[in-house]
Amino acid sequence: MTDEEDLIREDIEAYLAKYQEKELLRFVSVGSVDDGKSTLIGRILYDTGMVFEDQMAAVRAASQSDKPDLALLTDGLKAEREQGITIDVAYRYFTTSKRKFIIADTPGHIQYTRNMVTGASTADVALILIDARHGVLQQSRRHAYIASLLGIPHLAVCVNKMDLRDYSQQVFDEISADFTAFGKTLRFKDIQFFPVSALVGDNVVSDSENTPWYDGPNVLEYLETVPIIEDRNFHDLRYPVQYVIRPDLDYRGFAAEVASGVIAKGDEVVALPSGRTSKVKAIDTYDGELDEAFAGQSVTIRLTDEIDISRGDMIVKPDNLPRVTRRFDAHLVWMHEKPLDTEKAYLIKHSTQTVRAQIDKIYHEIDMDSLQPKSSDGLRLNDIAKVRLSCHRALYVDDYQRNRETGAFIVIDSLSNNTVAAGMIALEFADQNLSDVMKELHAESAMEPKTFVSPSERMERFGQRGATVWLTGLPGSGRWTLAYALERKLFDLGRTATVVSPVGEDLRSMISAAKAVTDAGLINICAFPSRTRNDRELLVERIGRDRVVQVYVNTDEALCRERRPDADFTGFEPPENPDITVALDKMRIDKAVEIILEALEKRGQFEAQ
Amino acid sequence: MKPSERKLSQLRQLEAESIHIIREAAAEFDNPVMMYSVGKDSSVMLRLAERAFSPGPLPFPLLHVDTTWKFQDMYRYRDKIEANLKGKLIKYTNPEGLAMGVNPFDFGSKKYTDIMKTEALKQALTKYEFDCAFGGARRDEEKSRAKERIFSFRDSHHQWDPKNQRPELWNIFNAQIKKGENVRVFPLSNWTELDVWLYVWLEDIPVVPLYFAKERPVVDRSGTWILVDDDRMRLEPGEKPQMKKVRFRTLGCYPLSGAVESEADTVPKVIQEMLLNRFSERQGRLIDFDEEGSMEVKKREGYF
Repeated sequence: MTDEEDLIREDIEAYLAKYQEKELLRFVSVGSVDDGKSTLIGRILYDTGMVFEDQMAAVRAASQSDKPDLALLTDGLKAEREQGITIDVAYRYFTTSKRKFIIADTPGHIQYTRNMVTGASTADVALILIDARHGVLQQSRRHAYIASLLGIPHLAVCVNKMDLRDYSQQVFDEISADFTAFGKTLRFKDIQFFPVSALVGDNVVSDSENTPWYDGPNVLEYLETVPIIEDRNFHDLRYPVQYVIRPDLDYRGFAAEVASGVIAKGDEVVALPSGRTSKVKAIDTYDGELDEAFAGQSVTIRLTDEIDISRGDMIVKPDNLPRVTRRFDAHLVWMHEKPLDTEKAYLIKHSTQTVRAQIDKIYHEIDMDSLQPKSSDGLRLNDIAKVRLSCHRALYVDDYQRNRETGAFIVIDSLSNNTVAAGMIALEFADQNLSDVMKELHAESAMEPKTFVSPSERMERFGQRGATVWLTGLPGSGRWTLAYALERKLFDLGRTATVVSPVGEDLRSMISAAKAVTDAGLINICAFPSRTRNDRELLVERIGRDRVVQVYVNTDEALCRERRPDADFTGFEPPENPDITVALDKMRIDKAVEIILEALEKRGQFEAQ
Repeated sequence: MKPSERKLSQLRQLEAESIHIIREAAAEFDNPVMMYSVGKDSSVMLRLAERAFSPGPLPFPLLHVDTTWKFQDMYRYRDKIEANLKGKLIKYTNPEGLAMGVNPFDFGSKKYTDIMKTEALKQALTKYEFDCAFGGARRDEEKSRAKERIFSFRDSHHQWDPKNQRPELWNIFNAQIKKGENVRVFPLSNWTELDVWLYVWLEDIPVVPLYFAKERPVVDRSGTWILVDDDRMRLEPGEKPQMKKVRFRTLGCYPLSGAVESEADTVPKVIQEMLLNRFSERQGRLIDFDEEGSMEVKKREGYF
């Protein structure tokens, strides 16, 4: 820091000119508390002079021993300090004469995957710590796997606590070889190893005399020089329109951050989903026009033609198109306590579009011990899986490993609004030309109408599961009276129920009506005659066994005949296994209603109100 | 342009990311507002917003929560900004606080801040039904901020729950809320104090003159220089204002803002002094010394 300090002292403007031109590098530091990760970060901050005197005084005061505990520099919220662990991603900032850095510091232990994935999503480099005493543990492999899955191009492996292994080259070489073998199965551009002691400071920001056999860079040197400019995708233009700027009738600008690629004045472009082509008339900024804009710049473009473009549309080049699709495969990292519900419609936010979507299928889950695919019985917090999704509208996507900007999405629970998962799109590479894309988009609009309200959403809205209460019994048994009494009672209790009156004489159309009402999430009460077991089997088959409650209204036949002397009593087959039996000659109607209600509650038909 | 020249400097990268954040919030929320505190961070945030929608006007108003105890220089500066603004500036003061005559002298800094800042902000957001409020806070300011999201969700009571934050990945922001809830959006999250000053300098953004050293009348209050800004200042028995060359690192209400002795009267000199001094940003702000982790407590209560 001394050269820097001299420059600050002697020529502040020269220092500032240099500072503002620095490149920004984001890295994620991973590892558990025991690996000494916080100490390493604390060491970097301290040794690069990023720690203020008053912070240092606070650290000294809070340290258990005479030596300041550098891990305390990166502690966070009070509650976490009390628990002795950090539970969320924290961001730290420091700068050296070469680069500016943003550290995503991700805590170990609890909810690890979720936090690491968050920190890793924007990182250029992953810094992984391995305890030299323990060698490559499964945990380190897991961290590297996640870093690779999240598309981090560079991996730095710090073999820490070398002081406790006498700075042995053999230990370092063995760990490096072990890890290299594993690393070959991942997608990093490069992996670099460092023999360090965060506690002592070996090879962290300066070369160590304790490791004369190591001639590579120290950690900071590496972070200052690892080339990252090539990591951005400058090849595929993706311009996801964020905002339309229209101050007056003469100006119509499409504002966006260029997600990838380069866009230049005069370029021929095509707008999705309209498929209309035009040329770039101007690239505007607050400071004036640019000849071209590249990945990472926030600009506003104007086109030569008046074409209708709004937020969520994407401007691309006709000879380099994203995949335009409603259905795609992706890796999902589940980030919420509430597990995935494949019946439920979620929201997906991808670039500047938010669409309704469903997770149709889990292909497999990743076993976090073996890092191999395994069969899945559902996704829970911190699970990673490969899934199939289908969206309400087409998205303009790329494979995540090719394009981190248009390959990424988040999943939002449409009821709680929580972000519940992170997604990385996995596409088999196949070129699509503009006519393929337009066909896909036309196919979209011609698609069969389909509901985007899922059963579980209905359930949350109504506080109940849709069901059919099917009353069976002889003519005159009191089915209809009971049906309407039950409807009234359910209504009074705040439930949503209805009695479906007969539709003609046809059992099939009656069942269709019953199914529609049940699908809508209502409690449907039916008293339509269904004399035979076959009739009732058809009913159960069409509506679904778990959605039908069969009630046998077993009123004494003599009484029924007395009530309905002219009715046809032939061919009635009493149900073999009704869910509920009530006898209206032996109990009052309210009692029967009570019994049915109790049974419905026992089945978990209702959510607590 | 040669491919090797397609490189954003760190400051231009931060700028582009902030513009992305501001546009995203403006597009996704129904009724956003930009908190305008008159300080340097607000000034930078305002410039970024102007950049985001240029040549159009700002698609949201600015909101100044006025405690009535700001420095006179701040009011003058605010009025100048308002005169040139392509948009609306809303000024809001807690009417009950005003009626009760709440001031930092009789009520203590905690209670005063609660009523005139925290409560006033909540009232204003509720009154105008804002569902999104941009704030100029930075993650490097204070430890508890290091974990705050860029889109930071607040429940219908304006409360922040640090343990139950939405995960935030890539540059994809979740703007989904229910009626009555709101989101605080922090476009400067990843900026450091140095970045902000540097941007002020490079972009020639005017800031309140109090940031620059000048002879000013001050009194010493437990080791901190407090400016005697107007005749409402209460002097303790025997206390006499003296002229000192001072400046302010952060601006707030004058009886609660400490000045430092300084010779820095230009932006580069301020930066130079800041870098050489290495004091953490908020040391000059008295309210943080109430209790340990106090910023965290205040945020849970709805302060920015």
